[in-house]
Amino acid sequence: MKSAITGKIIEHEKLPSGHMRIILDAPELAASANPGQFAHVLCFPSGAGYDPLLRRPLSIHWADATQGQVAFLYEIVGRGTAILAEKCPGQTLDVLGPLGQGFTLPTTPTQPVLLIGGGVGVAPLYFLAQRVINIVGYERTTFALGARTGPLMSWCTDVYADLGLGETLAAIASGSLQPDIRTATEDGTCGCQGYVTEVVYEYCRNIDKSNPPLVYACGPTPMLQRVVDITKSCGLWCQVSLESKMACGIGACMSCVVKVKSGNSFEYLRACKEGPVFDADEVIW
Amino acid sequence: MSRLETSIAGIKMKNPVMVASGTFGFGKEYSDFFDLSLLGAIVTKGTSLEPWDGNPPDRIAETPAGMLNAIGLQNDGVDSLINEKIPWLRQFDLPVIVNVVGKTVEEYAEVARRLDGLDGVAALEINISCPNVKEGGIAFGTDPCMCGSVVGAVRKATSLPIIPKLSPNVTDIVQMARICVDQGVNAISLINTLLGTAIDAETGNFKLANITGGLSGPAIKPVALRMVWQVAQAVDIPIIGIGGIMTWEDAVEFLLAGADAIQVGTANFVNPTAAIDIAAGIDDYLVRHGVANVSALVGTVELR
Repeated sequence: MKSAITGKIIEHEKLPSGHMRIILDAPELAASANPGQFAHVLCFPSGAGYDPLLRRPLSIHWADATQGQVAFLYEIVGRGTAILAEKCPGQTLDVLGPLGQGFTLPTTPTQPVLLIGGGVGVAPLYFLAQRVINIVGYERTTFALGARTGPLMSWCTDVYADLGLGETLAAIASGSLQPDIRTATEDGTCGCQGYVTEVVYEYCRNIDKSNPPLVYACGPTPMLQRVVDITKSCGLWCQVSLESKMACGIGACMSCVVKVKSGNSFEYLRACKEGPVFDADEVIW
Repeated sequence: MSRLETSIAGIKMKNPVMVASGTFGFGKEYSDFFDLSLLGAIVTKGTSLEPWDGNPPDRIAETPAGMLNAIGLQNDGVDSLINEKIPWLRQFDLPVIVNVVGKTVEEYAEVARRLDGLDGVAALEINISCPNVKEGGIAFGTDPCMCGSVVGAVRKATSLPIIPKLSPNVTDIVQMARICVDQGVNAISLINTLLGTAIDAETGNFKLANITGGLSGPAIKPVALRMVWQVAQAVDIPIIGIGGIMTWEDAVEFLLAGADAIQVGTANFVNPTAAIDIAAGIDDYLVRHGVANVSALVGTVELR
């Protein structure tokens, strides 16, 4: 039987980027989570309040099975996340998870991978990047990260540069290995000025067609739509993680549906059950 | 007989706590969280003759102490219910009440006919109150003539107990209840959601693609409680109280107001085990108050 987990807050802080990061002691969740999955988080302790009423779906930023910890990265966007942001280490959170279908990982160690994140969409990419780097190695992994402005970005690039494991990290420190992190900010204060999708476009124009990359993207819907336009025109395989208004989070209520192709017609699939990760060419935008 | 055991319209239940249609699917997702046999009964997702796509997203919007939904009764149709969902539910010791929807009187009657005598179906709840479909649904629940004709047609189509689910979006809920009683229904469920909408001030858009949706959750409890009490005063058949029940205390209030059983809906989204937690809470209450059986509470609210 599954049940909601009560996880103790180990660390909760506002990062230089303005994002909140919360680390929970939740061994069951940490052991079973896969990149792209999410947890459904109660803002109030059960029964302590009805406004906001519903849980908040937060994608898993990383999961450390050995330490029994999971992290979530979120942005304060409304009442629910504002209440969540007030929680202190030592307090507990009621979470359901891991939920949903995550990303399909690469199966060939020689395949290049492009990981695209926009805004707080960087959250699940970190967890995905750890697994991807384990399979295809650092040298075949490229990041395309976008944000509004430099300070939002600098934190992200630091975090992503730390992704290398063991020897790779040493190689990065000694300067013999430069992680391939390409960035774009809307005000040009970090990387290219403009949208991350322009970085993606440049990358895709120069790919080795005999060994095409796998593309994974997470971020705002307009960004994802543009990414999918590009990957489609280049014939690339791509998966996207979609956001949706959600109630139960476990597949019962049919609130969070996404319109996808079904034969010559369409059907509505649940972001919480069949998603939140979908094959890009299935989604009808 | 245990303290919580009760019976409604000939359906024997271990406790008076059911799960409300549309909030519990067909039980499968929640069976990961608890043994469904612990429920008084399950009311399935609304089921139509043919599969329905439902409404485009966004389908929900959170509101203070509640939520609006405009799912649009997305479901796989009655064949899938008969061939897959009901056979799966038979593994549990659990009365199954199928919620029936349609766009025409004939569709409602045909679904009822198909389910008549099917092993594993205890009763039909007739959804004449869904605010989110263009034809049928709420139109049948707000127009007294249409209400009478759809309930009458379902009555003729089945020998199963039938339970209309009333809409609160009417001037006089008692009138609608009486019309249903006259058609020979076996119990009444009330209330369904209240019609509402929500607007995003920043973007200037409606929050729901369907524009309007049904309000549920603790925000509607006082309205539901009032309507249950009014209908209980007026009719002599069992009443199933629904509307914003989050805790055992809420449930007891509905019983005192005259509900013979209750349904837990939106609370399932917040806490997957809400329904069985509420049943346990009612049991504690009965012990504390020295009540031998839950039926002794029904309608005992005191006038002050």
